Amino acid sequence: MNEIIIAAVLTIITAATPLLYAALGEMITEKSGILNLGVEGMILLGAVCGFATVHFTGSGTLAVFAGLLAGMALSSVFAVLTLWFQASQVASGLALTIFGIGLSALLGKDLVGIAYEGLPKLFILGITDIPLIGPLLFSHDILVYGSFVLPLAVAWFLKYSRAGLILRAVGDSHDAAHAIGFSVLRIRLMAILFGGAMSGLAGAYLSLAYSPLWIENMSAGRGWIALALVVFATWRPGRVFLGAYLFGGITILQLHAQALGIGVPSQVMSMLPYLATIAVLVLISRDRNKIKLNAPACIGKPFHPTS
Amino acid sequence: MKRKSVLKQVTGAVISASLIFGAQAIKAEDVNVGFVYVGPIGDHGWTYRHDEGRKAVEEALGVKTSFVESVAEGADAERVIRTLATNGNNLIFTTSFGYMNPTLKVAKQFPNVKFEHATGYKRADNVSTYSARFYEGRAILGTIAGHMSKNGVVGYIASFPIPEVVRGINAFTIAMRKVNPEAIIKVVWVNSWYDPGKEGDAAKALIDQGADIITQHTDSPAPLQVAEQRGVYAFGQASDMSAFAPKAQLTAIIDDWNPYYIARVKAAMEGNWASTDTWDGLKEGMVAMAPYGDVVPADVRAAADSVKASIIDGSFHPFQGPVNNQAGENVVKTGDVLDDGALLGMDWYVEGVQGQLPN
Repeated sequence: MNEIIIAAVLTIITAATPLLYAALGEMITEKSGILNLGVEGMILLGAVCGFATVHFTGSGTLAVFAGLLAGMALSSVFAVLTLWFQASQVASGLALTIFGIGLSALLGKDLVGIAYEGLPKLFILGITDIPLIGPLLFSHDILVYGSFVLPLAVAWFLKYSRAGLILRAVGDSHDAAHAIGFSVLRIRLMAILFGGAMSGLAGAYLSLAYSPLWIENMSAGRGWIALALVVFATWRPGRVFLGAYLFGGITILQLHAQALGIGVPSQVMSMLPYLATIAVLVLISRDRNKIKLNAPACIGKPFHPTS
Repeated sequence: MKRKSVLKQVTGAVISASLIFGAQAIKAEDVNVGFVYVGPIGDHGWTYRHDEGRKAVEEALGVKTSFVESVAEGADAERVIRTLATNGNNLIFTTSFGYMNPTLKVAKQFPNVKFEHATGYKRADNVSTYSARFYEGRAILGTIAGHMSKNGVVGYIASFPIPEVVRGINAFTIAMRKVNPEAIIKVVWVNSWYDPGKEGDAAKALIDQGADIITQHTDSPAPLQVAEQRGVYAFGQASDMSAFAPKAQLTAIIDDWNPYYIARVKAAMEGNWASTDTWDGLKEGMVAMAPYGDVVPADVRAAADSVKASIIDGSFHPFQGPVNNQAGENVVKTGDVLDDGALLGMDWYVEGVQGQLPN
């Protein structure tokens, strides 16, 4: 039984990891006052570029970077459109998703049907052998380790660093931030690029570790789930973490429940992750004032330094 | 997904618009064939096999074809089918169950255009239906699983609780228990035709709970990859997936639409196309099997081959009695065979399937 639990938790970790990257990246973007709906597209481009890199070079490390850069590159298109051409963020984000889906399919045409054994697991001598903690926390690939650190880093950045304070200021009132001399566009550009990079990593995780292959549209809507997580977690990194694990956890547990033959209709089981995640996050975040405090006030509003 | 199809449609429209549409006098250069796909052509499964069929038509008959991929079932499908008909396609294949009503609706508005709908049951003068008896292939998989499973637990990753999928589960289970009467099937429904991550997770959950063979009725090769990593066996779905699981894949069911598509397009060119209902299987070659994996021993191959041969020559039917339902009650008597009507509406599990059928 112990082994089943460990196996289930390991699968939960892998299911939560891509959501965590994409959601935390998007959270930083939104904190700067920009709503980027292109997460799904950036994930797919990251996935295909990561997979192509590992196929042609054989290097997992390079592939992870390729995924990151691909996501970033696509997000820069969005940045140019929304920051400098003042295009609608919603429309540009949707366009980015559609573009990403199409472009990744085009780029990945010759990669369909090729297998890869997956990113190597990094074991830490001595620690991985500790019962329970070893296999649960220290038997993963580099991207999972990164996903353990990322929420802490993002939380620290937003709460304690000067740069994080500036980012929040820009997201809450771009006019005020501009008036005291911060370059709103430059800061938002960085936030968008960070969001793109994280979505790219989420994609790289999908095609290099989660199911190490490339097929069209393999993200299957995870970008949209990440977007929803950010809102339901009311822009707080700890709750994004909780939401991602809750969603991943219930997804996996309901599969196990089905395999055990528990007599609950599978349609209900498939709804559970969505229902439970929304219910829990809404319940713990129902304080309206706190939501107001955390929600970036300028989200979605265009800004131009001369107007 | 939908938006990408628009791009493809525009391309298709440009190609078709440059040809002059002649409704009655059909010559090779005048036959335009359209295809509507539910998934991306790069899914390496269901849609991929249909697209192979389309390419085979182009190559064999030299006709123009066009396709629209990733078309959502429902209202969007109707628009896409109508566009294909407006653009001068005179034979249109709609390749998913959910296109049934949209196909019928558009067919009524274009009486001179011929339609072929896969896996449906509604026909009209200009609408044919066609499908494959995949359950025949499942019976072969079940036979192999009965021999190859050491602990008698097989994991089945299922998509949606429709008769087509239930029929596959039952055919597999019956054949497996003919070899090993103690063996059971654990079914996990993922409520999706295509989600590599979730399919892989389902495979992991099943393996963690003791399954040593994984089989699937979903479209991506992710479960095979998991099986390969975990050192258990699996069966490919819709096409040969041994590239993803060189050691794990025991065999695969292959959908082969090529001969059917070529025959139907040829009939349209020669002017003798008529509305029919086709449900072909191993005998006609619409269902084919991939080569056996290296680990399948000679006696198991022989057993699988003999099941295949007896299905083809008609001496055996996968749903030949005695068949018991999940509760152990006899539903098909010895010597009886379930008829096609019962197969098409199947909504119950046979003995040996664990869990409750969602409905």
